[in-house]
Amino acid sequence: MNSFSEAAGQTFSLLASADAKLVDIVLLSLRMSITAALIGGVIGLPLGAVIAVNEFRGRRTLIVILNALMGLPSVVVGLLVYLLLSRAGPLGSWGILFTPTAIIIAQTILIMPTLAALSRQVIGDAWHEYREQLRSLGETKLGAAPTLLWDLKFSLVTIVLAGFGRAISEVGAVMIVGGNIDGVTRVMTTTIALETSKGDLPLALGLGFILLFIVLALNAAAYVVNDTAQRRYG
Amino acid sequence: MRAPLSLLPLSLDKVVFEVGSRRIIDAISVSLEAGPRTVVLGPNGAGKSVLLRLCHGLLAPTSGVVAWNSAEIAGSSRRQAMVFQRPVLLRRSALGNITYALKLAGVPFAQRKERAMEALRKVGLEEIGAHSARVLSGGEQQRLALARVWALRPEILFLDEPTASLDPGATQEIEKVIAALHAAGTKIVMVTHNLGQAHRLGDEILFLHQGRLLERTPADRFFKNPASPEAAQFLEGELPW
Ligand SMILES: Nc1ncnc2c1ncn2[C@@H]1O[C@H](COP(=O)(O)OP(=O)(O)OP(=O)(O)O)[C@@H](O)[C@H]1O
Ligand SMILES: [Mg+2]
Repeated sequence: MNSFSEAAGQTFSLLASADAKLVDIVLLSLRMSITAALIGGVIGLPLGAVIAVNEFRGRRTLIVILNALMGLPSVVVGLLVYLLLSRAGPLGSWGILFTPTAIIIAQTILIMPTLAALSRQVIGDAWHEYREQLRSLGETKLGAAPTLLWDLKFSLVTIVLAGFGRAISEVGAVMIVGGNIDGVTRVMTTTIALETSKGDLPLALGLGFILLFIVLALNAAAYVVNDTAQRRYG
Repeated sequence: MRAPLSLLPLSLDKVVFEVGSRRIIDAISVSLEAGPRTVVLGPNGAGKSVLLRLCHGLLAPTSGVVAWNSAEIAGSSRRQAMVFQRPVLLRRSALGNITYALKLAGVPFAQRKERAMEALRKVGLEEIGAHSARVLSGGEQQRLALARVWALRPEILFLDEPTASLDPGATQEIEKVIAALHAAGTKIVMVTHNLGQAHRLGDEILFLHQGRLLERTPADRFFKNPASPEAAQFLEGELPW
């Protein structure tokens, strides 16, 4: 109990003084997770749109697979990316294991199915409503996908925010492919895990607070975006 | 350059539409000419909406042929339009909904806004061009859907119960726009359950019953003296208006 209040006090001074090490870790985490969310969005949203508006063989199977991949265990993704990127692996020559790039790849793989599956759901619902009208106006299926993406931009932004939230909270895969190297691949979550096990609670707690704050802020932002769009655009 | 051949008449030859083993449209043959406003009547489930969708190309017949006088060229802009019972509008401004349709119709960018504004004026919505389409009232949304049609100037317009959920005032507004479209040369084919409206807007009546076209009669005669007993019964049930 005593150590807890002591830790809390030290945490506060860490946060208040904007400790350089802590700030670096936060910025590194943000940079990688934002990159992963953007790449995931650029691939995942159009993929979701294409699956939503097209009928092709194996579509149902693809949807089931995507939905299943949403629950992908993070350590398994970490292991697979590790095997791909390790020196003996097929992409070993890239030499990017234990770099931020490896982390971004793992995070992107992890969140992409979620982004594709959720956007397919949202776009599919809208497509169901719009299909006849768009066809009546002479829209092609190829053209319908960007029309729908633009029409649903606010819902899709909240989906990307959710993906970012998952990426920044990720620990298993990031630990495996990043190697938790100080100053290079040590992000908030892996630092928390490491410092807690070392008994250095102030840094762990401080980062924990910041992570919690980021996740709360994300949810608030998603809510505001959705609510405003709903009221303004219907 | 030659003027494009008219789309009309539209001829249906023994058109059948089946879902599974259920026959929803049963061998309908009819020819719709340019000019008279055609109103499609019939009880719920008669197949009116399906018939309109078959004509408009949203559904493909199980057998039989839906043929235009001059075939629409694939990939070029459509010369026919449809208005649905519930207007379908995109999440953008009223004006943006019209310019989007004009873009699909191949109208050059520089002309789109002007044409869209003119169409909004036509339906009395010029004040709200910048408003979001989906927060407009039901009546305004349906007028916007008709403004979109006006901007496209189609040769033929299909309407599926366009005023079914509107109050009398809004209904009157919609009827005015439909009349103006017809006066400007657009062929009107409309489904309605409002017999007063069929009376006001119809030149000829197609009466559908259980997927079959039971009669095609000039409107005056249909209401006074329908040819089929089913139509007589239908009129009795739906009256008075
Ligand atoms: N895609 C479809 N699949 C299966 N059945 C359908 C489909 N579309 C329509 N039907 C059936 O075809 C019949 C005719 O439907 P339709 O919507 O054309 O009736 P309607 O004359 O427009 O009726 P209402 O006056 O109620 O609008 C109905 O029994 C309907 O259930
Ligand atoms: Mg109907």
